[in-house]
Formats: sequence, C-alpha cells, structure tokens
Amino acid sequence: MLIFIARRLLFALALLFAVSAFTYVIFAALPSDPAALTCGKNCRPEVIAMNRVRLGYDKPIVVQYGQYLKGIVKGRTYGASEGVHCPAPSLGYSFRKHQCVTDLITRSLPVTASVALGAFVLWMLIGIGLGTMAALKRGRWPDRLATGFSVVGISLPTFFVGLLAIMVFVIWTGLLPFPRYEGITSNPAKWFMSLILPWFTLAIVSASSYVRLTRNGILEVMNEEFVRLGLAKGLRRRTLIVKYVMRAALLPIVTIAGLDFAALLGGAVITESVFNLPGMGKLSIMAVNDSDLPILVATTLVAAVFIVIANAFVDILYGFLDPRVRSY
Amino acid sequence: MTNATPLLSVRDLHVSFNTNDGIVKAVDGVSFDVANGQTMGIVGESGSGKSVMVSAIMRLNFGTDVIVSGQILLNGIDLLALPESEMRQVRGRDIAMIFQDPLSALNPFYTVGYQIAEAYLVHHPKTPKAQVEAIVLNALDKVGIPDARKRIKSYPHEFSGGMRQRIVIAMALINKPKLLIADEPTTALDVTVQAQILELIDSLREENNSAVMLITHDLGVVAETIQQVMVMYAGRTAEYAAVQDLFDTPSHPYTQGLLRAVRSFDQSTRGSLVSISGTPPSLINLPEACAFRPRCSHEKGPQSTCATQRPELRTIGASQSACHLSADEVSRVQREAFSK
Repeated sequence: MLIFIARRLLFALALLFAVSAFTYVIFAALPSDPAALTCGKNCRPEVIAMNRVRLGYDKPIVVQYGQYLKGIVKGRTYGASEGVHCPAPSLGYSFRKHQCVTDLITRSLPVTASVALGAFVLWMLIGIGLGTMAALKRGRWPDRLATGFSVVGISLPTFFVGLLAIMVFVIWTGLLPFPRYEGITSNPAKWFMSLILPWFTLAIVSASSYVRLTRNGILEVMNEEFVRLGLAKGLRRRTLIVKYVMRAALLPIVTIAGLDFAALLGGAVITESVFNLPGMGKLSIMAVNDSDLPILVATTLVAAVFIVIANAFVDILYGFLDPRVRSY
Repeated sequence: MTNATPLLSVRDLHVSFNTNDGIVKAVDGVSFDVANGQTMGIVGESGSGKSVMVSAIMRLNFGTDVIVSGQILLNGIDLLALPESEMRQVRGRDIAMIFQDPLSALNPFYTVGYQIAEAYLVHHPKTPKAQVEAIVLNALDKVGIPDARKRIKSYPHEFSGGMRQRIVIAMALINKPKLLIADEPTTALDVTVQAQILELIDSLREENNSAVMLITHDLGVVAETIQQVMVMYAGRTAEYAAVQDLFDTPSHPYTQGLLRAVRSFDQSTRGSLVSISGTPPSLINLPEACAFRPRCSHEKGPQSTCATQRPELRTIGASQSACHLSADEVSRVQREAFSK
C-alpha cells in the first residue's frame, strides 16, 4: 500500500511539471506580445523593446520557463534594479493591476474555497440523499420527485438558477441581504449569509447529476449476485443496503466527486459572476478581458494543480476503499 | 412418495412477473416434495423457471412486480405466509443457497473470513469472537481450503473460481441448514472442478443429514447423486420421476429429447447427437395447450387434445408425466428410441 501511494504521488509530481510547462508554452505561443502589454495603449516602441529585454521576453521560451519556475521557488524581481520584487512563490507580476499575481490569488482563493466547500457538502448531501431515496422507493412518488428534481436541475443553467434565487430571496421576499462577500475571519455571520445563495445555486445544479448517478448505481448493485447472497444469508435489509449496496454503489461517485470539487476550486466562473464574489473565477474573467497574461497563466496553473492533486487523492482513497485496487 | 411428512412441500406454486408486455408466468402451478436427507434434481432449459422457483422458496424476489401464490411448506409451516422478520430467520439458518456464479456471489469489499463469520453471526448473535473464528476455520477446512488460518484474511478476488465456490458452500453450510438449494453450482466452473464440487456438496449433505435441491441443466450431473428428478418446461412440470426411471423409461417427449441430446460413453462411437428443434416458448400469454407441442415429434395435429388442453401431471409407467400420449403410445415411443 505504501509503495502504491508513493508511486502515485511521484506520478502526480511529474504530471504537475508537464502541466506547468504545457500551460506556459500555450500562453507564450499566443499572438499577443507580453512586452506590449506591460505598458499602456500609447506606448512608444522603444519602451516596449526595452521592457522586452528587461523582463526576459527576448530569451528562448525554455529559458523563460526556467525563470518562471525559479520565481516560484525563490521569488523574482520584475524589471531591472528599480523593478518590483515578488517574494516566493512568485507566479508573475500583473502590469495591469500593478500587483504580484501570487497576492491576487491568495486573496481570491479563500473566496472560491468558501464557495466550493459549502456547495460541495450541500450537493453531496442532496445528491446522494435524494438518489438513495429514489432507488429504495423505486417507481413510487419519492423516486418521481427525485428524478424530476434532477431533470429540472440538469436543464437549468447556473446563471438562471442564480438570478432566480436572487430575485426570489433578495428582491421579492427580502429574506436574505444582497450577497456582498465578507471574509470568514472578519465577520463569520455575514460570510455565511452571503454564501447561502451561491451554495444552494451550485448545489442544485451539480446535485442533479449525482441524484442520477447514485440512483442508478444503487439499482445496479442491488441486482448483483452478492447482494442476493447476502439476503439469502439472512441479513437485515438495512445491513444489506449499507454494507453491501451503498459501499459498492458510492465507490464510482468518489472519483467523480473528487474531480468535480477540484474543478470548482479552480473557480466557479458563472456563480462568482452572478453573486459578485471576488474569487478565482472572477479573477480569470477579468484577466481574459484585460489580456492579462501573467494572471491567466497563474489561474490556469492553480486550477490544474487542484485537478492533479485531487486525482492523486482519489486514487489513493480508492486503494483504501476497494481491496481489488490495492493489490496492483 | 415418502412415508413421513416431507421436509419441504411445494404445492401449486405460481410465480408471475408484471412486465410492460404482459404477465410472465415464470412458474405455473408446480408441486413437489423433498424429504429429509434426500437430493432432488430440477432440470430444464434456461428460462424454464428453475431459478425463479428456488428464489421464490427463499423469497428472494425483491421487486414489487412479482406475484407469488401457492404454498411452500417447510416442516409444515407456510413460508409464503411468514412475516419478513421471521422469513429472515429461515434464510441462511433453515434453508441456505449456493449460487451459479461464485465470481460474483461474494462481496468484493470484505474478507472471506468476515463474510463467513457474518453468515454465522446473523443467526447466532453475541457469539464470542474466538469461537466464531474456530467455527469459520473448521468450515473452510471441511470444504478443502488449504491454509485456512491465513486465507480468512484474503479477499474474494484473490481466490480462483473453484475456491470461491467452496467458500460459498462453507458459508451456506455454516448454520447446518435442513435444506440446501444449489442453483447450478457448477455451471461457471471448469469441468475438472465440477465433479469435485458436486462430491463436496454430497458428502456434506450426508454429514449434516440435510436435503439438497440441485438445479441444473446438465443431465450428467443429475445421474450421479440424485434420487428424484423434476423436469421443468415453460414454468411447468413436464416429468417427475425417480432418477433411474427417468433415464431408463423417460415418459415425456421433452425428457426423451433431452436424453437424446446427451452423449453417453457407451454410445459415443455411433450416431450423432439429436437436438430438440425450435426454442422454448415465450412465457407471456401461453395458450391453453401443451406448451411443448410446437417442438414435439409426437404431436397429433391441430384438432387433437395436444392443441386444445393443457396436459395435467399423471402417472405414466414409473413416472409422473404431463403428456397427452397414452401409456401404450409412450412405451412404443420408448422402444423406438432405444432400438435406434
């Protein structure tokens, strides 16, 4: 098992390198000139040329990537002697915002993490709960209700659910204040209130597919021979469902849930925009609009890192959950 | 048939499924007895209702769309009338079951030791741990799993198919059930392992003095260990006889067909195997006629009783047979079959 984990982590590390190199190359290959983006619209060509040399954009791409990696480990000074220094881990400097990218990300990430974590817990509860109920009461009204919910949830786009939620709970009924994000450390109550709507919006949209996955998974496992044998042994129905059916049915859901959660950490673009949350998604959108390359490279990289980590984590977790995986 | 009250007595059992196409009568009025210590065989093609019938005996049919009627008497108690909580006590303790495919019959997430112990603990709660372990080890020993002490910590996927079937058998017999239902226990196994498993079941039956119901579509399996055989066709009993009578003087044309389709060693050099032409009928809306009529070589035309009446089980020679042929016709057919 230890060898399995070690091997999996080593692989994840290698993958991270590959992903970072790939991301860097993609953005370097873009037609926009990073040097031109460092100063305003009416930039004189001499300044652009000077900036190019100062920032190392004239060097071969491999050298640039090497400098980028070095910046992550050691920190980096952008520009010559009078330039700006970003301490390690430095993911670049945004000339648009005049800020180190790392600072921007450390400010955005907690917002996205707050949204993601709450929504994830909610949607797993709703998805697995409704899915289990539907499977156990197959063909009767709880099943119809849950299946109906999932059809509606899958069909509705996130921005629609989000705007609808704001309309109903904020504008019409006034049950909740208009969401304005507040850090958890500065005001936990306000933090919670501002996130209720985004949580539910994301949860409803994402839970829909989990209702189906859970329902179908359980129904499939129920037909398995080992469940019939368990029944033939004289096991209680409750024991059978928890120990035999759920265990097997939820295993594939672990994989999908891990990846979905990681993807969410990379930024819930639409939800963050609808509820005006200053998270990773919002940061990425702004960077796209401004052609702010350093930020884009960084947000892409951070999102990829989460996916790679989640993948490794899920694989290792799987080893613990399924004895058949362990023996490889 | 047997002198004392039989252990299991099934009377006029019907099992039907509601489907979108109509009602499927998977088991349609079957009756039989199994005596203590006896081995009974149930033979028939796939889809003849064998497995559905044994599932009904243990009431394993989960779904809401199953309709079961008739009587299943175990020592005089009707299992179909028991509340679920009491039926649960019967499962695994009085009646145990061995499934067709040992590869999928064990829970892949728990060690085999745990699963066997679980089967014991359901019916003997609060047994001390050390005692359970001793019982489990003993059970594995009996079914011939070597190095049992080490192997109880292994997971099902670490065993071969034959070994897994032994584990399923150990699990089934751990509570010394009065009746063991083996639903095609050797179908999924290598030929070399098949005989071992059948011998194992038979020796354990003798040791526990339990009765065995052996479901199979392999007539060769039947010949070895069985006293009574029931041949099923389209959810009904085609023929019910002592095994020797069935092989010597098969009364029902279907049984005769089955026997002709099996090669025995003494006739292996001459003639080819004869298959029964056609396929089993759909069990939806069977007409009021002999279900085997479309495939029967002795069928007597659309005006005959074969086409208009469902044959009831009646004594023909040494067997009970559901066929409209008269006893004379049957013995003539038997002579023809043997002179070939």
